[in-house]
Amino acid sequence: MNPTRKRRLWLVLALVAAAAIATALVALALQRNVAYLYTPSEVLRGEAGAHARFRLGGMVAADSFRRAPGSMEAHFVVDDGDARLPVVYTGILPDLFREKQAVIATGRMRGDTFVAEQVLAKHDETYMPKEVADKMGEAHRKHDVPASAGAPAEMQ
Amino acid sequence: MLPELGQVALLLALLVATLQALLPLAGAQRGIASWMAVARPAAYAQLLLVAAAFAILTHAFVVQDFSVQYVAENSNSLLPWYYRYTAVWGAHEGSLLLWALILALWTAAVARFSRRLPDAVIARVLGVMGLVAIGFLAFLIFTSNPFTRLLPAAAEGRDLNPLLQDPGMIIHPPMLYLGYVGFCVPFAFAIAALLDGGATRQGHDDRQWRDWLRWTRPWTNVAWAFLTCGIALGSWWAYYELGWGGWWFWDPVENASFMPWLAGTALLHSQAVTEKRGSFRGWTLLLAIAAFSLSLLGTFLVRSGVLTSVHAFAADPTRGLFVLVFLGIVIGGSLVLYALRAPDGDKDASFAPASRETLLLVNNLLLVAACAMVLLGTLYPLLADALELGKISVGPPYFALLFLLLMAPLVLLVPFGPLTRWQREQPSKPLAMLVPWAGLALGIGIAAFFLAPQGAWKTAAGLAGAAWVFAGTARFAWSRFAIKGSRFTAEMLGMTLAHVGIAVFLVGALLTEGLSMQRELALSPGQSVALAGREFRFDGVERRIGPNYIADHGTVRVLRDGRAIDTMHPEKRSYASGGQVMTEAAIDPGITRDLYVALGESLGDGAWAVRVHVKPFVRWIWFGAGLMALGGLVTATDRRFRRKEAAP
Repeated sequence: MNPTRKRRLWLVLALVAAAAIATALVALALQRNVAYLYTPSEVLRGEAGAHARFRLGGMVAADSFRRAPGSMEAHFVVDDGDARLPVVYTGILPDLFREKQAVIATGRMRGDTFVAEQVLAKHDETYMPKEVADKMGEAHRKHDVPASAGAPAEMQ
Repeated sequence: MLPELGQVALLLALLVATLQALLPLAGAQRGIASWMAVARPAAYAQLLLVAAAFAILTHAFVVQDFSVQYVAENSNSLLPWYYRYTAVWGAHEGSLLLWALILALWTAAVARFSRRLPDAVIARVLGVMGLVAIGFLAFLIFTSNPFTRLLPAAAEGRDLNPLLQDPGMIIHPPMLYLGYVGFCVPFAFAIAALLDGGATRQGHDDRQWRDWLRWTRPWTNVAWAFLTCGIALGSWWAYYELGWGGWWFWDPVENASFMPWLAGTALLHSQAVTEKRGSFRGWTLLLAIAAFSLSLLGTFLVRSGVLTSVHAFAADPTRGLFVLVFLGIVIGGSLVLYALRAPDGDKDASFAPASRETLLLVNNLLLVAACAMVLLGTLYPLLADALELGKISVGPPYFALLFLLLMAPLVLLVPFGPLTRWQREQPSKPLAMLVPWAGLALGIGIAAFFLAPQGAWKTAAGLAGAAWVFAGTARFAWSRFAIKGSRFTAEMLGMTLAHVGIAVFLVGALLTEGLSMQRELALSPGQSVALAGREFRFDGVERRIGPNYIADHGTVRVLRDGRAIDTMHPEKRSYASGGQVMTEAAIDPGITRDLYVALGESLGDGAWAVRVHVKPFVRWIWFGAGLMALGGLVTATDRRFRRKEAAP
């Protein structure tokens, strides 16, 4: 092998090694930080079991929100039309959090309750997270969400 | 009547854009001077027409013409007058019109300030910009017409999204778009160069080609500076308006603007190498294509509704298809052209492993890797959804960890770049100049590690990195001043400012992450919470009436050693039109720390959920970004870029 070729070979090997390390790192980081979205009925069927930390999507059930007076602990029920799951969250809820509106909570199951570390609500009057809309076409009608509940919802 | 005129203006602008694209491109290919001469007048005419359409839409907002659907959806008779102007770009249709207006502005500027380029080159550059304009104007007219009438006219408008009723929103989108669209200039230049074949053909005058590239450099710098400002403004807005106290969320829409920034930063540096040394020619062209393609992708991601995000305001997926096809044509077409005409690497000037070229190559590899990482994390949920792998989201730790890993070596290398010579350098020379400063930075880092009350690693890394970059950059400036008779050009000054901006940003970002303290708790009037040596006393909430909202106006007194140092007024606003609730955080800004108080919800009996933050050095984040942007602008003023002949 002449010197030029040898140098090129090393360069190619170094690039392949760097790419392999980078791919491994990226794959690892992705795997650790990916959170799947499930609806209450999927959770109750045990489909979320494999993922300790996941996102729960659905509607905040009517008359389910309560907060002990003077306490930061909030309780509410997430409903997808077929099943209901109690959620507990300690902290300030987003401005657009309301009953009978879409919500996505990130957290884990503890016993029969979903303990949320983060709660996201829809972001304006006409917008509903597409992924929640996709997942719960049924719940939509049951919960009487107006037809204008966002273009993403109309896509189904 | 006026909105119909706006419609006509847009249609005419589309016609003019078609002329501006087809005739000059064909003329340049065949060498017909009269066809090429169409480019400039067409560019000015396009600006006139799009500006007229924009003025008409603005007029409709100012006079509250609720017979125009877009106005009725995004305005309200209670909206204060200044927000009537900014409401124009408050939603999809208007922001696209703003995009088209800014493209027309850039095009006209290129037409005006391109006297020294050969006619064929400028005809091609303006022609390519015309092609982009066709895409956006057609998108506006056929899928997102802002002038659609509402019959019968609405009696009252639905109001502008309250999140956007804010001074920061007045300038954030225009700045961002000035950056996005500005990358169209280096892109158009790259396509023109590939069409011309000057970069590739044997025996072509290489100096002339580099002279054209020198002409594009200030444009790239200015676009990059605007994009930097736009991103920083968006981050600042999220900080005070969303009420969570965060400054960057790795949200898909933030990522969408960050990817062109990373590619653009790589482009700035690689353009400098190509222009000065003639190396990396193919790479520079590819980066120019990438930066603009990512800008288009950003527009697509934000405007198509495929992403769930805090920014996805009532997006519409049916429009996604149009942008996707447009994106496919632009990216696919450019890459095919690149594949056919890419310059031959063997013609590039050679350089030794220890040289400034190598350092800039590493800079480019790291920035592009970071960009690819962000792209993967942003698109992965879409891919997984399309492949039916489940509905997933990628958490911020993925981005934060990998970004840190990729940027740490870059921060280490920044001071070496300016001190290393082109082509070949004795590695011992820049090392000798920098060793004392490396020692100083290390010492500061170790001291910070042991003195920091919390977040020791982040604090130490932030201070050490900042000291290293600052001292290394100052060393470069000193070495220039120390030599008598050596010039300190605008380009060097801009680079110095931007690199110091990195240091300032590092202090802000890492110290805020490491040292921030926050409490979320229930407070009754008279109760207080202690945080970071201060006492925050909650003095209750009263009702106040704003122009188009009712506010719960809170009062929080801040005491230090029993002495009142500040009174803060966080608000919870309920907007009259849609009943939307908005948090207005109260911020006491400071150079070394921000105090941040936001109201949560009423808990009954006068008690409220209250969020209190103390955020050290958070302002330095935006100050650093501002310095970087300033650096970009200063670089663009370098006289060398405006001279025709190359400096030796």
